[in-house]
Amino acid sequence: MNQMTDIKPLIQDGSMNPTAPIKLLKMKDFESNQDVRWCPGCGDYAVLAQIQKLLPTLGIPRENFAFISGIGCSSRFPYYMETYGMHSIHGRAPAIASGLKIARPELSVWVVTGDGDSLAIGGNHFIHAIRRNIGLKVILLNNRIYGLTKGQCSPTSEFGKKTKTTPLGSIDSPFSPVSLALGAGATFVARTIDNDYPHMQQTLRRAAEHKGTAVVEVLQNCVVFNDGAYETLTDKSTRAETRLLLEHGKPLLYGTEGKRGIRMRSLAPELVTVGENGVTEADLVVHDEHAANGGLAFFLSQFAAPLPVPLGVFRAVEAPAYETLNSQLAANTRQQRGQGTLEKLFNSGDTWTINP
Amino acid sequence: MNICATNPQSAAGHASQVGSLGSERTRSIEELDSVVIRFVGDSGDGMQLTGNEFSKTIARAGHDFATHPDYPSEIRAPTGTLFGVSGYQIQFSSAPVFTSGDAPDVLVAMNPAALKTNLADVKHGGMIIANSGAFGETNLQKAGYKSNPLDDGSLEGYRVLKIDISDLTARALQASGMGKKDVARCKNYYALGLMLCLYSRPLEDEEGNIRAKFAKKPEIAEANVTALRAGYAYAESTEVIATTYQVRAADIAPGKYRSITGNHAAALGFVAAAELAQVPLFLGSYPITPATDILHELAALKNYNVTTYQAEDEIAGICSAIGASYGGVLGMTTTSGPGMALKTEALGLAVMLEIPLVIVNVQRGGPSTGLPTKVEQSDLLQAVYGRNGECPLPVIASNSPADCFDCAIEAVRIAVKYMPPVIFLSDGGIGNAAEPWRIPAVADLPRLDVKFRTDPEGFKPYARDANLARAWGRPGTPGMEHRVGGLEKDFLTGNISHDPLNHQRMTETRAAKVAGIARDIPPLQVDGPASGDLLVVGWGSTYGSIVQARAQAEKAGKSVAHVHLRHLNPMPADLGDLLSRYKTVLVPELNLGQLSRLLRERYLREVVPLTKVQGKPFKVSEIVDRIMELC
Repeated sequence: MNQMTDIKPLIQDGSMNPTAPIKLLKMKDFESNQDVRWCPGCGDYAVLAQIQKLLPTLGIPRENFAFISGIGCSSRFPYYMETYGMHSIHGRAPAIASGLKIARPELSVWVVTGDGDSLAIGGNHFIHAIRRNIGLKVILLNNRIYGLTKGQCSPTSEFGKKTKTTPLGSIDSPFSPVSLALGAGATFVARTIDNDYPHMQQTLRRAAEHKGTAVVEVLQNCVVFNDGAYETLTDKSTRAETRLLLEHGKPLLYGTEGKRGIRMRSLAPELVTVGENGVTEADLVVHDEHAANGGLAFFLSQFAAPLPVPLGVFRAVEAPAYETLNSQLAANTRQQRGQGTLEKLFNSGDTWTINP
Repeated sequence: MNICATNPQSAAGHASQVGSLGSERTRSIEELDSVVIRFVGDSGDGMQLTGNEFSKTIARAGHDFATHPDYPSEIRAPTGTLFGVSGYQIQFSSAPVFTSGDAPDVLVAMNPAALKTNLADVKHGGMIIANSGAFGETNLQKAGYKSNPLDDGSLEGYRVLKIDISDLTARALQASGMGKKDVARCKNYYALGLMLCLYSRPLEDEEGNIRAKFAKKPEIAEANVTALRAGYAYAESTEVIATTYQVRAADIAPGKYRSITGNHAAALGFVAAAELAQVPLFLGSYPITPATDILHELAALKNYNVTTYQAEDEIAGICSAIGASYGGVLGMTTTSGPGMALKTEALGLAVMLEIPLVIVNVQRGGPSTGLPTKVEQSDLLQAVYGRNGECPLPVIASNSPADCFDCAIEAVRIAVKYMPPVIFLSDGGIGNAAEPWRIPAVADLPRLDVKFRTDPEGFKPYARDANLARAWGRPGTPGMEHRVGGLEKDFLTGNISHDPLNHQRMTETRAAKVAGIARDIPPLQVDGPASGDLLVVGWGSTYGSIVQARAQAEKAGKSVAHVHLRHLNPMPADLGDLLSRYKTVLVPELNLGQLSRLLRERYLREVVPLTKVQGKPFKVSEIVDRIMELC
């Protein structure tokens, strides 16, 4: 800490505390003194490291970060961050974080959650935070299994999956977290994967810069209870054929040769190869993350084999954040009616006086 | 003497509209000490409004009063049905009033169903004003009457005024050009006008109220004013009414007053507490009967330091408040029984986090959905014990609508001083009932001292002060970054700890912190002898009934004292000694004996429960009878 130099705050801190000069922070400044207790090889380590790497670059004082989590393996996250943090109760992190962000809009509030935490027990808070567009960064670590309770199927487990609670195969259909977020009206949704550090870094940065709710689904491997769930997406020999990297303004192209593409046929995706059967790049769907209509993002979020898995930003549109609207309402009301006083409040309405 | 002629011009002018009414007549005025009036009708008849407006004019006359709205949980049940009856009772008096009264002296019944469901309560020989126009074949049938009770002699023991309010209202509004449906909606104002005359109240204020209320619909306002005047004029001139009544102004403490419901008072109390603590207020809440009015009231105060957040569910209501409190804002949530059940897990979290939080439970009949619009006090044990783990927290209860203001401040005082979640129990009887509230001088309110820790030097998140409270350290404070959570924490650092002895120590410390609040509770005020035959111990909305019952029993020569508990957990330090000074302890409550259990458990003292779970408050007589049996 002693090598830090003072720089000007990049973000105006309207907080109730005196603003300290921002120190030039390093990744290490965001590592708490607690031992990290995830299983060796867990995908969560990569997410922790990438977030610790990202935060010092955002120009936000360290004390203005708050990490809120629920319950599950991923929810241990706040303990490992040298920031303000709360490890709360199962599924409720978005609700707690919403209260915090509305009360303290100047804070950078992050929710770290899992597929069970945010899509099963906490599904309601997840969708409502999104529909309100509260300025939360929601990092959803999706390993498609319940890890902390030792291997039960989750809302993202594939149909037919055998787990301890579904020994004959699951008969539940899985959620697509991205589709769900889009259905709730998300203004920012992205997907990344645990072993692609540059992609994750770049995706998290986009989320951090977004005003309003930013949801990032991280495809994350559970080495103990669901190892290899994303193997074809992470294995170097197969991943070019299974991943579709989304880039705004670019056609949907992927594959070892970079020739495989997606064409739209009657609102359904069609796999094509550029250069074959007269298909050119001009025939392919062009990604537009800013499209006001969420249709394209939803179209992409529904891709399933044999279609590739899209990674990157599905949707990023501007809309006023809830906390901003809330502060404006208060400010406007103050302007119209003046700051309320107890004297005025008590004596409003129908009063009468009893004389001595 | 013509006592109705407070506004003879307007009254006479409209009298002609309703036809064959005489002009100046003389009639007697009867002086009364106290009157209980109940307005009853279909839930769409506007009886709550009529009652409310009537109570406003009563307030202006300087009477003490108490009201009791009693309405069904259906918004507008099928017309004319027994289950759709909505009522509003008011007692006003020249002496202090503590309840809305046991038995109505006057029943204003807008239809047969209203008469049928309420007749049994009316004082023998009382007055029944019935809207005879609604006593047609269909309505009689719906109410289960074989013959018309207004004509068949079954109401012989009462003074019955048959007035065709439906028809008279329609005639008064003939020239208005309004449709039948709109005209029918004005009949509650006709009834109100009638009652204002009967009880010697002026019209002008009410006309002003109507015009203010319907400012956006001037034609409706005028129609209602016309109906009001017509009702007044009718009462003034009809031969049927031989006597009008006057109640002397009450001898109440000088000062400025307003009429206030418990929910409104609680809302004002929380705004006041936040101002006194110089901390913004955040209410996270989900609509639920009968608590929602607190959210309504606070939502309208955006120019105060108040944020309201209508959450997606009860759980998010309390969780958003926890998030706000964690952020250094005064977080609170409001609910009723079923919502309280949903908030339970989060309450445990707040106990672990040790952050200030206030949870208001405006109780209703339970279990489950129970009786949403009716009064009950059956969530006491839930408040004191209803969580997983050893999870004590402070519980207080208000005893009247105006007392909700003081309790709100007391809940916040405890929360910010000791850093626990505090449960504030009100109930449907208090929350919706109104009484006069003497407006306090802001300077007389207590200051609430809130200090945020900002010094990172030596900061240990779970280090405690002399009250065993930990420091409130907000995100945004440099150098104090730390983590909290629901897992057991180290006694000082707050880091996760599974150490066996640490858990024992933390569990005992959390309990000791709450128990220690007993030292911070003022001595109990006993009404009646300091020792003797019988002590009545009450809590919550039974206050008024017990006060009156005790006074009546004392008049009858009984030695009986009354103490009413605001603090239910911990209990006041002097309660044990107090209980030991009486031969018998009677505990009336609107449940099956929950306070009785707590008293037995805590003081090893046998007590006599008096219980009632009918969705109705105690009648004074019910308590008097029990007192008489016991001493």
